[in-house]
Formats: sequence, structure tokens, C-alpha cells
Amino acid sequence: MIQTVEGKGRYGRFGGQYVPETLMEALSELEEAHDSALADPEFIDQLNGYLKDFVGRENPLYFAERLTEAAGGAKIYLKREDLNHTGAHKINNALGQALLAKRMGKRKIVAETGAGQHGVATATACALLGLECVVFMGKEDIRRQELNVFRMELLGTRVESVDKGAGTLKDAVNEALRYWVAHVEDTHYILGSALGPNPFPKIVRDFQQVIGQETKRQIVEKEGRLPDAVVACIGGGSNAIGMFHPFVEDENVALYGVEAAGGGISTGKHAAAIAEAKEGVLHGAYMYVLQDEDGFIQEAHSISAGLDYPAVGPEHCHLHDIGRVHYTSATDADALEGVQLLAQKEGIIPALESAHAIHFAFDLAQEMQPDEILVVCLSGRGDKDMQTVRDALGGGVQ
Amino acid sequence: MSNFSLTASILKRNEEGQSAFIPYMMAGDGGLDVLHERISFLEEAGADAIEIGIPFSDPVADGEVIQEAGSRAIKRGVTLRKVMSELQAQLHSIPLVVMTYLNPVLAYGVLEFVEDCDLAGVKGLIIPDLPHEERGLLSNALIGKDIALVPLISLTSSPERIEKIARNAEGFVYAVTVNGITGVRSSFRSDLMDHLSDLRSVSNVPVLAGFGISTSKQVRHFSAITDGVIVGSAIVTAFHEENLEKIQTLIKAGRTAVSQ
Repeated sequence: MIQTVEGKGRYGRFGGQYVPETLMEALSELEEAHDSALADPEFIDQLNGYLKDFVGRENPLYFAERLTEAAGGAKIYLKREDLNHTGAHKINNALGQALLAKRMGKRKIVAETGAGQHGVATATACALLGLECVVFMGKEDIRRQELNVFRMELLGTRVESVDKGAGTLKDAVNEALRYWVAHVEDTHYILGSALGPNPFPKIVRDFQQVIGQETKRQIVEKEGRLPDAVVACIGGGSNAIGMFHPFVEDENVALYGVEAAGGGISTGKHAAAIAEAKEGVLHGAYMYVLQDEDGFIQEAHSISAGLDYPAVGPEHCHLHDIGRVHYTSATDADALEGVQLLAQKEGIIPALESAHAIHFAFDLAQEMQPDEILVVCLSGRGDKDMQTVRDALGGGVQ
Repeated sequence: MSNFSLTASILKRNEEGQSAFIPYMMAGDGGLDVLHERISFLEEAGADAIEIGIPFSDPVADGEVIQEAGSRAIKRGVTLRKVMSELQAQLHSIPLVVMTYLNPVLAYGVLEFVEDCDLAGVKGLIIPDLPHEERGLLSNALIGKDIALVPLISLTSSPERIEKIARNAEGFVYAVTVNGITGVRSSFRSDLMDHLSDLRSVSNVPVLAGFGISTSKQVRHFSAITDGVIVGSAIVTAFHEENLEKIQTLIKAGRTAVSQ
């Protein structure tokens, strides 16, 4: 078990700042800037203005009537992050951090991306605010998400291909960190998930918790009370922490995080770091991390590039340990079912990431009573995944 | 607090009016069976201590050369555990400094790792992703051992941080000479001289410069203004290309008179 002396940014025993010395000043400068920005009404007004008029918030909390009927249990509501500009929750954080970078006087941005959603969101925020942007993306992901590369380039961002390792998200983060170490004095790193060294997990949570705050307000308006259960998918865990955080103190609201089980946990080809329960340090934080017995980090596997990361953000690790959030998983096959289910029952094609949450929520709703309420975070839309889904379904719908 | 063998070895060279030289080698690049041979070669060539790099899957502080050497070693199945066991099989009189990322140490178990370092004659540890604030993770296990936890200080460290880190430094201070990762550089910042000189004035232990130092000319330059230099990528490349003469030349270049 890990012992800490004066480490900052802890969630129980998770989190911390395990980074090269070169980044330490930048991290403390960032933490100060973030704290002062959140305490500044002018910054909050500016952020809220962009969230409303540029992102399109608040987005709906939608009652999924036919899905509810099909499950025959709890009433299912969907938090429509898929309706945000750029099609996912990622823009909430990218925009917040881009505004923060500008406030800090940093005009250059570096970011990593897996599926390209965070990369596109960051490229979008940088175009909006006139910042220079470079995005690192694994070679394999570039192949899988060609159109997102073009989107980023169209938005004026430079996309750097990373051919190290398996050429996926983990390798892109490594390269973005190396770039940041070399350019730290004029560049801000917009990390896309609730990961990394302190203060990133906190910053990402702070900019994402608009999801949970709106949900809380909306469900009380519609139902006059809080939900009985809330479900979100977990890769690094940014949409989930944004949704869960405002509910953590509400003990009667059960919280469920759905990891990506890939081909199945028993196959070893998955991305379910909490299920695997091995602890370690990756990209600056102590977390549950997929690794071998020698401490080499293992590749994650998931049909959804956005969940294809071998660790889970430190706050989730802690919420798991204290038993506040139940972490479970859904396989690639489950996610494909989830995509078709939501498409055919509700006319909404979810992102493969979100489809993990949909699949689990549909099962959970069946075990709940008709007077109970369940909310699912529909973190993104599925347009980006059409090729993957079509290939996985053998070219046709089952 | 400088009664570590590692410090003594550097000071001994400094007392002769010369700058110390610490080469870095990637353990297991070229196979673990050449590990002892290479250590002995570096010792005979005049090194004052040797940094033994441990391969890792995600070496975020390293540039291309060391990343590739690490990948070659990993392909040969080299792990921290195998390196430690090989080091224990044959002890050397020259101080060895293990440079590893944190996660392999956590997977090994901190206490067991420190015990095995002790048995293997390891005299220092450099962990690039373990900054000052988190050092308690290892330093508690190192109490009473002749194993220095060597801190890194960077160009971005503030004066307050520099003082805090230098005051608690063990072994030597690893002064990172560039903002960036390890690897060959053609030029350095103009304010680097002042930075290194400030560092030497606040540090109780020797200050060695590293990152980006790869040519004899650069070695001579930094040797004259610090207590010693660390050369990594150039040594790794020379071993890989079996150009041993290049290594001897670099170490000879380090035998430069150090200014006080």
C-alpha cells in the first residue's frame, strides 16, 4: 500500500503528482490559476456564456419512453451530452481549459486524443479563442478515425502521429507529456480525461460537473425528486465524474460506472482497470492500472477508442474503494447491442463509449420498480463510430 | 548529510581538481549477459559512478535513443527484477546508480527493492517521475542505507524549490540542463551558466549536469562549470554501435579541471 508524505491532490491513497521535476512549477501555477479563475465571477460568466451560446447548454434531460417500456422497470432518462457542439461532453472541459490557458497568458496548446473527440473539442476551443494547437494521436487511432484527423486540421490544428507502442491513446499521452516538458514555459496541456497529475483530475471534474448539476436541476423539475440510480461509462472517467460528483453526497442515489470489458474480462483483452484491481502509477497519478507483474503498463482493448485506456482516474479509484460508486463493465458485444437498442427504440445513435452505459442501464432498469428513476449519461453521439459499428456487425444490422 | 559512497566517489575526483563523469547505460540493451562486461569497461575507462537504466513500457522523460534502447531490452525480456538479480550475481567496486521509473519499483515492492539494491551494491537511485513532494514513498525505506535518492532540479524549478530540494539532496544534485527529455542537443540556453552556478552555491552535495550532453566539446564545457557530467544517449548509442573508442573519448573529455 502506498504511503504519502506531503503529496498534493489525493483522493484517498490515489492521485498525486508523479511527474518530471520540469513540470512541477507549471502544475502549481496551473492549480493556482484554476482556483483563482473559479473564484472569479467574470471568468464564470465568460465560461457560462460560451457554454450556453457556443456549446448549446443546457442540453435536455430526455425521458426515453420506448426504452423504458422495453425494459419494463424504472423510468429511464438520458442526459443528452451528445447534443453538445462537437457531439460529446469533451467540449465542456476543452473550452474551460482553453479559457484558463488564455487567462494564464499561454497562447499555445498541446493535447492528446484517442478516438479524436477530445482532439476535435480542443481544436474547436482553440479556433474559437485564437490559440495555437498541436494534438498527438496514435498512428492506429489515426487510421481508425481518419475523418476526425481531417476535422482537427480543418479547425487549424496540427495533428502529430505517434507510432510508438501500439499507437493508441496511452502512447499519445506519453508523447504529449514529452512535448509539454519541452514547451512548458509557453504551452498549456489540455488533458482530456479525469487523469494525470494533480490538479488535472480536479480541473477536468470541475469543468465537467455541469453535467451532474444540470441533471439534478432537471430531474427535480420533471419528477420533483432525485433519481434512484445514475449510470455513466468510464474510460479515464471524465463524463462519469462530471455526472457523479454533484450526487456523491446524496446517499440515496446509487451511482454506477461502466468500464469497457472488451472481449471479456477473462480474455485479458479489455480496459477494465478497476475490475483488474492492480494499483500503480501512470501519467502522473497513482490509480488502478492495467500492468504485468513487472510493472510494465499493458495495452487496453476496447471497441470504443474513447475507453481504450489502461487506467481509471484517481477520484474514481477512491469512490470505488469507499464503496460510493459501483463499478461494473460491459463488453464490446454489449456495447454493439446498446447502440442498436437506443437507435431502434429512441432514434438516437449513441457513441460506442456511451453504449456501454446504455447496455448496463437497460439491464439495471429491468431489476428496478416502475416508480423508480434511472438517469444515463449519454456522453456522445455515434456518428464517428459508423464505420466501426458497420464492420463489427458484419456490414449489416442484426 | 553527504556521507554516501556515491558522494564520496564524486568528491574524490573533484579533490583531484577534476570534474566527475557518470555514464548512463540501458541495462539489457545488447542482452543482460553483457551487463557486467559493460560496467567493468566503463569503470576501467575512468567513470566515477555508473547509471544503470531500467527499461520501462512508458518512459515519458526519455528521448528517442533511450526509448529505443529500452524497447530492445524489453524485447529481450529484461525487467527490473532480472537486472537486480544479475547485479547481485557479481559486485563491482564502482558505485552503481539505478535509474528507473516508479511503477516497476511499486510492482517489485518498495521494501524488497531497497533490500535487493543493498545486496547488489547499488549506491543511488534516480526516479524521474518521483518529485521532491512524493519522495517519502521511497525515502522512508532508505533510512540507514548507503543508497542516495538523487533529486533532479530543472530549469523551471523556482528559487524556493531549488533551495528546498538542494537542501535535502542526497548523493548529488542532478541538474537537468534542458527543458525536455533526454537526448542529443546542439545548443543550450544562454542563462544556463547562471542557473548552474546558483545551484552550486545552495547545494551541500556535488551538482552534476545531465540531459542533452553528447559531444566531447559539450562534456568539456559542462565539466568546467559543474562538479561533473552525466552522459546518456551518446553512451547508449556508442554501446549499440559497439563504438567503445567513442566512450573512452567522452570520458577523457570529462577529465577537465573544474572551476571552484
